[in-house]
Amino acid sequence: MKLALGPILYYWPRAAVLEFYREIAASALDIVYLGEVVCSRRHELGLDDWLAIAGELTAAGKEVVLSAQILTESEGDLKLMRRVAGNGRFRVEANDWGAVRLLAGREGWVAGPHVNVYNPQALAMLAALGASRWVAPIEATRELVAEMSAARPAGTQVEVFAHGRLPLALSARCFTARRFDRQKEDCGYVCLEFPDGLALDTQEGDAFLVLNGVQTLSGAVHSLASELAVLQESRVDIVRISPQAQRTLDVIGTWRAAIDGELPPNEAHALLASFSRGALANGFWRGRAGREIA
Amino acid sequence: MRGPRARALIQIKEPARGAFLQSPVELVCPAGGLPALKAAVDGGADWVYAGLRDDTNARNFPGLNFDDTALAQGLDYAHRRGRKVVLAINTYPQRANWIRWTAAVDRAVRLGADAIIVADAGLMRYAHLAHPKLELHLSVQGSATSYEAINFFHEQFGVKRAVLPRVLSLAQLELVTRHTPVEMEVFGFGGLCVMVEGRCALSGYACGISPNMAGACSPAHAVRWRETDGGLESRLGGILIDRYAPGERAAYPTVCKGRYAVHSATYHAFEEPASLNALELIPEFGRIGIRAIKIEGRQRSPAYVGQVTRVWREAIDAWKAGEFTPRAQWMAALNRHAEGSQHTLGAFSRPWK
Repeated sequence: MKLALGPILYYWPRAAVLEFYREIAASALDIVYLGEVVCSRRHELGLDDWLAIAGELTAAGKEVVLSAQILTESEGDLKLMRRVAGNGRFRVEANDWGAVRLLAGREGWVAGPHVNVYNPQALAMLAALGASRWVAPIEATRELVAEMSAARPAGTQVEVFAHGRLPLALSARCFTARRFDRQKEDCGYVCLEFPDGLALDTQEGDAFLVLNGVQTLSGAVHSLASELAVLQESRVDIVRISPQAQRTLDVIGTWRAAIDGELPPNEAHALLASFSRGALANGFWRGRAGREIA
Repeated sequence: MRGPRARALIQIKEPARGAFLQSPVELVCPAGGLPALKAAVDGGADWVYAGLRDDTNARNFPGLNFDDTALAQGLDYAHRRGRKVVLAINTYPQRANWIRWTAAVDRAVRLGADAIIVADAGLMRYAHLAHPKLELHLSVQGSATSYEAINFFHEQFGVKRAVLPRVLSLAQLELVTRHTPVEMEVFGFGGLCVMVEGRCALSGYACGISPNMAGACSPAHAVRWRETDGGLESRLGGILIDRYAPGERAAYPTVCKGRYAVHSATYHAFEEPASLNALELIPEFGRIGIRAIKIEGRQRSPAYVGQVTRVWREAIDAWKAGEFTPRAQWMAALNRHAEGSQHTLGAFSRPWK
């Protein structure tokens, strides 16, 4: 089973991003997804910067995938998506049907977690258009992943979002700017001040959600380390970790040890809990409310 | 050529099935049952959209929707009056229940539905191959926000119409419309999703039931209301969504309409509870080349459907006659149905831009 790192969902300063990937290059990861997927206004790094990081990670032996933006609205969004899709060197992850159209007919692209693929018929269609990897939707249950894996077209890999705050929803509206009474187009890039997003608690103090600009993440940290045996039985090829501001390398190391059989899953789970700023959850995987732990 | 004049020319070539079908902007109204369908037709809807009584549609609520008999009656009622009915089969099937979705498509064809609304690409492929003549509309749950996405569904499956998520501005709608042969349908009135439809798991995260996985957002069985010393509380799946002071008007607890604490302030973190009313934008929709305006609310009463349909019919007809101004009595009638008594132009105007 391979270990992947998803794209950074938050807005981090340029220096922090460069430093982060210098460390990632030396980590126990197999695959790294790169790019700004949340907000087209974020500009600490441009596509050329991402391509430079991609080159360095490739030289360090990582497989690199460029992730396309999740919500595309403007012609500018589409121009960037065309550049990503046509980069000619790195594999690309589609995160909406527009990207699927641009990638159709090319070989070896990834149908990302934000392309809604819930059944073998949809997956077979994408495979016929050149997709070679399916990332399960974040709400997928273990039953759904198992049956999709069993029915997958030949040569298709299955990947599961296995650790991190869940990207639950996306809007055209920026909720971080809203908190500070700023207009979206005059936001002052206030999300730079919140490298793990902006905590949203219920009125009785439950850590419910996290605001990340136009994206809303789970307050709990989704983690399937204790489900490793089920993931392996279902022939899941790749598990994805989502970057967080602190201790991502510890999370990666823990997962690597668990996958390699050097750490029992329950111990891995306990370690991951200590590295996380939110409670761990696996509700979606178990067919329950996503915030729950079974 | 774009805009109402071009649309009108195209319409003349089609067989006349009723005066309203000459409209360059069609009115698409909801029906959660036969009485609402009749109210929509009587009120002047060009299309009525409906769902079957199961999780194949995104308003899978108890007591709502159509069995075969009611649907056949509804289709007959609409067709006799020259109107069309589109069946929403717009949730995401999985392997274990796939057959229920394909059976729904087959039922739509057998009963004579004029089109189906589909979100899932696998199901759309099935419908396109099994019933090549069946008119396909891309559901708002399909989350297509760009012309690249919409053209994908057109090229692969011959999709004729797409319903756009309620997050695009007028300028973005115009951009999409200019670059696709697919007819554009937009929401004009009713409940408002703050999040991109088909890409929101907030309800599932709170209570385990979500639109994509179960065909429902914030189902009534997961909602609890409780009077406490601190006021009236609303909960979804046990999560405190909001707390109301005495006399304060309470809203149905969807996650995106709640009040929460963020960075030491407690407020509507996503949006104030409000409904969409884009009636004043009818001329803009026409200018851009929007083909159809959709009224939300299959879960609403026949009275709601009838009243809202009548107002929008009058407004569209007034615009067609070249004498459109938003009339006070229209707005007053529509305001009676607003969530939290507030109406907004939503993303069309983007006051938060």
